[in-house]
Formats: sequence, structure tokens, C-alpha cells
Amino acid sequence: MLQILRDNWVLFLIGQYPAGPLGGLAATVLIAVLGLGLSFPCALLLGLGRISPFRSIRAVTAIIVHTVRGTPFLMVIFWSYFALPIIIGHPIAGFPTLVGALVIYESAYLAEIVRSGIEALPKGQIEAARSLGLNYRQAMMSVVLPQALYNSLPTMMSQFVSLIKETSLGYVISVNEFTFAAAQVNSRLLTKPVQVFSILALTYFLLCFALTQSARAVERHIARRRREDPAVIRPLESFVVEPAP
Amino acid sequence: MISFENVSKWYGAHQCLADINATVNSGEVVVVCGPSGSGKTTLIRTINRLEPIQGGRIVVNGQDVHSSATDLNRLRSGIGFVFQQFNLFPHMSVIDNIILAPRKLRGLSREAASEAARKLLARVGLADKANSYPGQLSGGQSQRVAIARALAMDPPIILFDEPTSALDPEMVGEVLSVIKDLAHSGITMMCVTHEMGFAREVADRIWFMDRGTILEDAPPSEFFSRPNHPRAQRFLSELRH
Amino acid sequence: MMGYSLDFTAVLAGEHLKWLLSGIQVTAELFAGAWALALLLAVVLIVLRNTGLRPAHWFVTTYVEVHQNVPLLVQVLFWYFAVPELLPAPAQIWLNEHNSEFILALLALSFCIAAYMSEALRSGLRAIPPTQYEASRALGFGYLSTMRYVILPQAARLSLPPLINYTLLLFKNTSIAMAIGVHELTYQSRQIENDTFRTFEVFAVATAIYLLSSFAIMALGALYERRAGLQAR
Ligand SMILES: Nc1ncnc2c1ncn2[C@@H]1O[C@H](COP(=O)(O)OP(=O)(O)OP(=O)(O)O)[C@@H](O)[C@H]1O
Ligand SMILES: [Mg+2]
Repeated sequence: MLQILRDNWVLFLIGQYPAGPLGGLAATVLIAVLGLGLSFPCALLLGLGRISPFRSIRAVTAIIVHTVRGTPFLMVIFWSYFALPIIIGHPIAGFPTLVGALVIYESAYLAEIVRSGIEALPKGQIEAARSLGLNYRQAMMSVVLPQALYNSLPTMMSQFVSLIKETSLGYVISVNEFTFAAAQVNSRLLTKPVQVFSILALTYFLLCFALTQSARAVERHIARRRREDPAVIRPLESFVVEPAP
Repeated sequence: MISFENVSKWYGAHQCLADINATVNSGEVVVVCGPSGSGKTTLIRTINRLEPIQGGRIVVNGQDVHSSATDLNRLRSGIGFVFQQFNLFPHMSVIDNIILAPRKLRGLSREAASEAARKLLARVGLADKANSYPGQLSGGQSQRVAIARALAMDPPIILFDEPTSALDPEMVGEVLSVIKDLAHSGITMMCVTHEMGFAREVADRIWFMDRGTILEDAPPSEFFSRPNHPRAQRFLSELRH
Repeated sequence: MMGYSLDFTAVLAGEHLKWLLSGIQVTAELFAGAWALALLLAVVLIVLRNTGLRPAHWFVTTYVEVHQNVPLLVQVLFWYFAVPELLPAPAQIWLNEHNSEFILALLALSFCIAAYMSEALRSGLRAIPPTQYEASRALGFGYLSTMRYVILPQAARLSLPPLINYTLLLFKNTSIAMAIGVHELTYQSRQIENDTFRTFEVFAVATAIYLLSSFAIMALGALYERRAGLQAR
């Protein structure tokens, strides 16, 4: 196993870069960070749409969220990879396809986290803000979102773990990322699947487990602060964090 | 200043405000009391449209509160509202709670707004708590901060919904004394409370509510010595026990 | 989109319809088999954890963390490429003769989802205050009757919403089996797409099938929550 690592660590880490495209673990992390960064604003809009005072906005966003949640992520990838190019008239590379599919998929999940975070706040918070004369946007920006996002930080972090795991499905459309790199090494060596896939699984595990543990630490920290702070009346309901493929 | 004209409100089939007609004049202090579920909270929340109404009109300062033509946020910034549960913003310091509205609505700088806010804090006896967070305050202190926050926009009207009911008994006095000072300052005030000593001392008039109506509207001397309605008599005798 | 006219008959007729139907069947089998096995494994994990033996507890904790923190695709690839290597030769031969892709995908899915399901069961059990147990014992019920009549019915009620959630998740993730060549719905729709270039039609049909099934599972969850909400009131 160490031998394999010694021979292939560059491929595992960065793929064929700089001769070819960036790949390996570096690409996985880059895709995940891009995916999170781009889906967060979309999720915020979607989540606010879910609790909008306007019925039509609530309906449209609910349909979007439930449709995405009911579709396998692989189908989302295939739509972006095979169907989207027909609409726009030219093919798209795997990397942006995967990032795009992640943004669509994760926006829906993060939106539900944003929504639950807002709904878990005591109603008096928004009433107090509105009673002062703040409009809806001001009340959201100054009072509701800062608290809701802070409270849902641990859940968001867990969702980021899911997102990292989802990037592995780029393998199916041959995106140069970590799983794809491992598959390349595996087919080159032919006789060492146990070692190669153990390296792959172990690395993902270390990355994701570290993040999961930090999410738990943040959650404990917030719970402790909440206990010391009677002003936060209702505790945040614990969410069901959905694991990713 | 505040007038209710045939105001009605239903929750489903249950009518919780039944054809209310009443007026609060400028500078008056009105205390609202009555048994649990009689509609006191509902009534006071309709004044700044935290609750919609289904019939009638509420006019505040010449503006029809529930008309869609009214600039609701402007109207609300002129009506201070103090909640039973304080509802301070826990993620902001005391001073930030108070200057939020002046900054966002008047566009004041933090410095300019803070100066006025410190005066308000001194007025409620909490000058030294400006940089504390709500979680570090006692209930009585929290409610006093909430009062300062409600006053930050210099509203001509202030409304209280049972401001002392969520407090431990030993903290009721400090909050009531702040409200008493305020009552003598010439502001128009409506206060839902069961503190009858307070009512006797500061109220110009007392409204007794039962089953969604104002059964009695009288000055305290009259209300306490010879209530007209049997239900008001029963209410008072139960309070004394 | 220029010049592209939709034509569902290319997908929903003849040979291609047969492919589609067989894909649906394999997806259904994979889902049902993996669901039953996962639930069974989850119960085993919970029992192991509750034995009070330190190694058992440690094993279950590790099992859960590993399966939750490694991508499911990687687990599937591991089962497909690595696990047969670790088996004795007769077992390998048996696998190859018996549709190894399907069996290995089913095992990978069950072992992974079992980790989540056992956590759902655990959180249900943990949410029951110990006073319930004491109250039942005080009434004269034994350990087993206490479990049977007092603890488990309450725990099941609390565990059901997350269990339904993971059921949905399992269903959607059966599509990952295509990565090792299981001829399930996603795989078959790719095949039909290759054969007909009717990209929109195939994906629309496949997505509709997935969506309808997912909505059915979600509706089950919503229905249950409504009923539980009514009972609680
Ligand atoms: N959101 C609601 N939905 C349905 N009914 C409501 C709602 N809010 C209040 N009510 C009903 O309206 C009536 C008046 O309630 P309200 O809260 O105004 O009473 P109150 O006089 O403030 O009582 P308390 O002294 O207990 O605070 C009650 O019968 C109550 O059950
Ligand atoms: Mg009330």
C-alpha cells in the first residue's frame, strides 16, 4: 500500500496537473468549495422563497425544492451533461457540469436548512423587528438571518460533508477528481484493487470525518452558549442531515 | 390619538374582538385588564397591525392602520411596542438593540444614534449595561432595555402587553417604576397588566375587557370603588384574593 | 433546441420500452432487497451497541462513522473491485456465476444505509426518558414486556420520520449501481439514449419515474407526521 502511495501520490493529489487538467484530491476539494460557494447564495434565495409572504413564490420554490430532492443526483448530472449541451448548442466540459449539478442539487438541501433555521427562531424576534418599523428585508438581514444562519452552522457543515461525498459521482462522467484518479491508478496496476480502493476510502474518510467532528464541536459550542443564554428561548430543532451518495 | 371604530376580529369561528368602539386621547394613559382569553393581547396587537382585523377601522394619528395605503413601517416606527417576553435580539449588544431602528430607518451613524441611546439607557437605569448582551441580563433589566429600544424612535405612543408577567416578583418593581416615569412624561400609553396598584396610580382610564368586548371604561377611582358590571366586580374580588 | 422535436415513441415502444421496463424492475429489486437487509443490519447494530460490551460498542461506532464518511460510490467500487479479491476462490466463482454486480451493489447499499438507519433507531431509543422505563418496571412489567409495550412503540414513533428519509435516500441512490454496470433504470436510460439520441425523452421518462416514486415515499412520511401530530394534540 505504501509502495502504491509512493509511486502514485502525485496523481492522487493533483492528477495530471500541470501537464493535464487539475485532478485528484485537489480537484475534489476545489469542486466542493466552488459548489458550496455558489450554492449558498442560491440556497438563501430559495430558502427565503419557501417562507415568502407571497403564495406564488412559496409554491414555485416548494416545487423546485421537492423536485430536486426527489431526483437522484446522477440524473441531475446526466441532465446537465447530456441534455444541457443540446439546449445551448455546444458541449460543456465535465468539471463545470459537475459544479453546476452540485449547485442545483445542494441549493435545494441547503435551502431547507436555511428555512428550518428561520422557522426555529421564536416568532417574537421578527415581530419585535417589525414593530420597530423595520421592513421585511431589514428585519431579515439584521435580525432573522444572522441568528438563523449561526444556529444552522453545524447542519450546514454536515451538508458540506455530503457535498464532498457527492463530488465523487463526477467519476461517472469522467471528471478528473479523486475517485477518477484512483480508478486510473487501479486500471494501471490491475492487480492491486484492495490497496488502491483502501487508500481512496481512507482519504475520503479522514477528510469527511475531520469535518464531521468539527461540525459536532461547533454544535456543542452553540448548545452550551444557548444554555447560558436564556434570551434564546426555543432551542433549534435538530435536523435530519441527509447523507450523500 | 388611537380610535377603534366597530373593530371585529375572528380566529376561525371564534370571535375574539366583538365590535369594539373606543378612543385613547393624546397623552392619556389607559390600562387594559380582564380575565385570561378576553382579547387584551389581541386588541393591543391590532394597533400596530401585528394582527389583522376583519371588520371596522383603527385610526392612529389620523392614519387608518389596516388600510393598504398606509405606510406600515413608518406608522410602526411611531408606535413603541413592549412585549411580555422582551424579544430582545440576542445576537446584538444592548446598545445595538437600541440603535438598530434609528440607524436603519433614520440613516443615523452608529455614533449619532449611540448618543441618544445612552441617554435612554440612563433613563431606564442601565447606563452601565450598554455593551452587555441580552443573555447576561436579568429579566427586569431585559425588559427595561426593551422599553429603551421601544423609545429609540421617539414614538408619541407606546404599547405594553403584560410587561411584568414574565418577571420574577422581585423585579416587577423596577420595571413598573420605569413605566410610571414614562406615564408622567406626556406620552400616549396603553398597557395591558394585572398590576392593579400600578393602574390605580398612573392610569387615566381603565378598560375592563371580557369575551372580546370592553365592558367597562372608567377612571380608576370609579372602576375600583364601584364597578358597574358584575363580571368586573367578580374580576376585582378574585384579584384581591 | 433548434430543430429538435420531441418524440416519445422512440423511447416508449418496442425494444427500448422493454429495456426501460427491465431497468425499472432491477431498480425495484435492488431497492426492496437493500431496504430489507439494511433494516435487519441496523437492528443487529443497535443490539450489538446495547450489549454493553466495550468492543461491540467500539465496533458499531466505527462502523457507523466509516459508512457515513466515505462516499457511497467509493463503497460500491470497493465492494465491486476489492471485496471479491478478499474472498476465497469458490466464493469468487459463485459470485461471477450469479450476477455479481447486482449482489455486490445490493450489499454495498445495505451496509451503507444500515449505518444511517441504526442511528435513526438509536436517536429514537435515546429520546425516551428513563422515567418511562422506571414507571413501567414499577407497574410490575419485566424487562421484555417493558421493551415490548412501553419503550419500543414510543421509539418506533420517533424513529420513523428519519427512517422514511433514509428510505428515500436509499431509493435515489440505487442509481449509483449503474457505475458498476448493474442494469437498473439509470443505466438503461443511458443505453437507450446512446441507441436513439432521444436525450430529452429518455431522461424525462426516467426522471418522472424516479420523481413519482420519491413523491410516494415523501407522501408516506408527510402522512405519518400528520397522523402523529394529530395524536400528540
Ligand atoms: N393565533 C390564535 N389562533 C386562534 N385563537 C387565538 C389565537 N390567539 C389568540 N386566540 C384566542 O383569542 C382569544 C383572545 O386571546 P388573547 O391572547 O387576546 O387573550 P388575553 O386577554 O391576552 O389573555 P391572557 O391574559 O391569557 O394573555 C382567546 O380565546 C385565545 O384562545
Ligand atoms: Mg395576553
